Amino acid sequence: MKRALLVIAVVALYILHQDFWFWRTARPFVFGFIPVGLFYHACFAVAASLLMWMLVKFAWPSHLEEEIEHQSPAREEEAI
Amino acid sequence: MIPAVVVFIYLAIVVYIGIFAFRRASSKEKAEEYFLANRSIGPFVFLFSLFGTNMTAFAILGSSGHAFSNGIVTFGLMASSSALVIPLTLFFVGTRIWALGKKYGFMTPVQMFRDRWECGHIGTAIFTVQAVLLVPYIIIGIMGGGTTLNAISSGRVPYWFGGAIVALVVMSYVFFGGMRGTAWVNTFQTVLFLLFGAVAVVVIGAGMGGFNNAINQIQNSPALAPLLTRERISPLYFFSYTFIPLSAIAFPHILIFCLTARKMNQFKKTVIFYPLCIMAIWLPCVFLGVMANRATDIPEIQARQQARRVLATQGATMTPEARDDLREKAAGDDVLLSLLKRYAPLWLAGMLGAGIMAAVMASDSQILALSTMFTEDVFAFYGGKQRFGESVQVQTGRIFVIILTVFAYAIALRAPETIFNVAIQYAFTGYASLSPLLIAALFWRGSTKWGALASTVWTATAVVAVAVFQSAVPAPAPGPSTIIWSVGGIEVLSRTPGGTAVLGFMPVVPMVIISALLMILFSKLTSKPSGTTVEKYFPRAKV
Repeated sequence: MKRALLVIAVVALYILHQDFWFWRTARPFVFGFIPVGLFYHACFAVAASLLMWMLVKFAWPSHLEEEIEHQSPAREEEAI
Repeated sequence: MIPAVVVFIYLAIVVYIGIFAFRRASSKEKAEEYFLANRSIGPFVFLFSLFGTNMTAFAILGSSGHAFSNGIVTFGLMASSSALVIPLTLFFVGTRIWALGKKYGFMTPVQMFRDRWECGHIGTAIFTVQAVLLVPYIIIGIMGGGTTLNAISSGRVPYWFGGAIVALVVMSYVFFGGMRGTAWVNTFQTVLFLLFGAVAVVVIGAGMGGFNNAINQIQNSPALAPLLTRERISPLYFFSYTFIPLSAIAFPHILIFCLTARKMNQFKKTVIFYPLCIMAIWLPCVFLGVMANRATDIPEIQARQQARRVLATQGATMTPEARDDLREKAAGDDVLLSLLKRYAPLWLAGMLGAGIMAAVMASDSQILALSTMFTEDVFAFYGGKQRFGESVQVQTGRIFVIILTVFAYAIALRAPETIFNVAIQYAFTGYASLSPLLIAALFWRGSTKWGALASTVWTATAVVAVAVFQSAVPAPAPGPSTIIWSVGGIEVLSRTPGGTAVLGFMPVVPMVIISALLMILFSKLTSKPSGTTVEKYFPRAKV
């Protein structure tokens, strides 16, 4: 169920990128100088960040990590 | 001249970082140290360096230049689509590549493909296509360096000399510092150009007397008002651009960089903050590119607008050569620099110029990636490492860095296209078309080497076909496309002012779809790798 919701969220955001509703209009100017179409896509980038946070929280492939950490603990000491 | 001096100081700092990284390296002659920083990069450097690696001259100069001519659509075309697609690919593909690299010691994508599909020479074919497609990306950096230094020094540093300086600086720190030096320099550069965006908006906004008036003037001008909407762009063209960011994960320098993380956890912050970093860079660049249209007191901008007007009104009656010439004059790759020179105080213009320079010089990772690929996928694979040892392998990689940089510089001097066009038409489209290889290798048990070869050959053929088509059929004047082939009133193939359209889409869409279909078809028809290999990549859950 959680996985299905995440898939829906990814597909929905991809579809929302094609915002035909602001195609031919510049107004309103957000804060008096940002055309609404540009502001929408700036908000889209913020939404993408939130989506990634959700994916990290609910769908992180921790099995890959666990496999490796069991295999080579020595490397962890060499950070830059 | 002061801004140019500040930029030269910046370049000296960058070289020092590379040499410092060389001194810091624990084992200078070890391939894994030179090419992958010993797979030990920490979270802060991983986020900023990976982001900086993707932000080239294209992001700063190309985006503001594109926005100057095409308007706010530039942000939706490349920035917001990348903000979704690139972190997704890092999340799904990058983490898996990292795990395989840690587990089996891979240093390049081709090593993984060879192992995954049990192939040798097919891997070499993939290497060749990847290498050829990566070179234009490297050229962008050198062209951007030449443009930037020329503009910042008010023409005192000629384009050829500016390009040569950038090539030399990049070559030096990649040569000495390898992956560690490159990652540190990229981090330093990313921090600089993230600061650059915010400062540039404030300074130029104040210089122009605020943006409110300027935006209203643009809106009230019939010639400029379309720049604030997307009415000149077709929805299919806009949609096509969402395929371009698929190229990011297929670029070898990004994949190889994924192998350098110390822990997989480092991907977490990277994927979450990546969209915000994109917004922080692209939003100011696109906005300022559009605003530059109101800076009519700047002679360079006036000249570009004049060229644009002539192209729009008389372009249809001109020869293709005259049109191309005018198109080049109208291109706004240096509008951001013109704004800075006009509105920022000298010392600040220098600082901001250094910020732009930082983005422009992101070709370091590509040069290092090609060197890694050459030494691992060709030199080591064909017995060089076994015969001459690891130390000679690293030296070979360093020599390759020099040869490649000189070669890219020579081409940059002759390349006639704008930065934006070179990048999009060859490198991005080609790599997007190679992305099905990665998806198939990591997520489909049934994929085979013949499927991979079919996708690779298709990509190479299609890129060459697009290039030949575009050089054979001259770009029309702004306005309707030249229809080359239509069936039942549907435009199948047409030459647009900016490139090529297939059924209204950019070539990247059919290229990616056909590449994926060929992978499926040929994999279904041919025999799979041995059970042991498939099990290695897709272990069944233990009961």
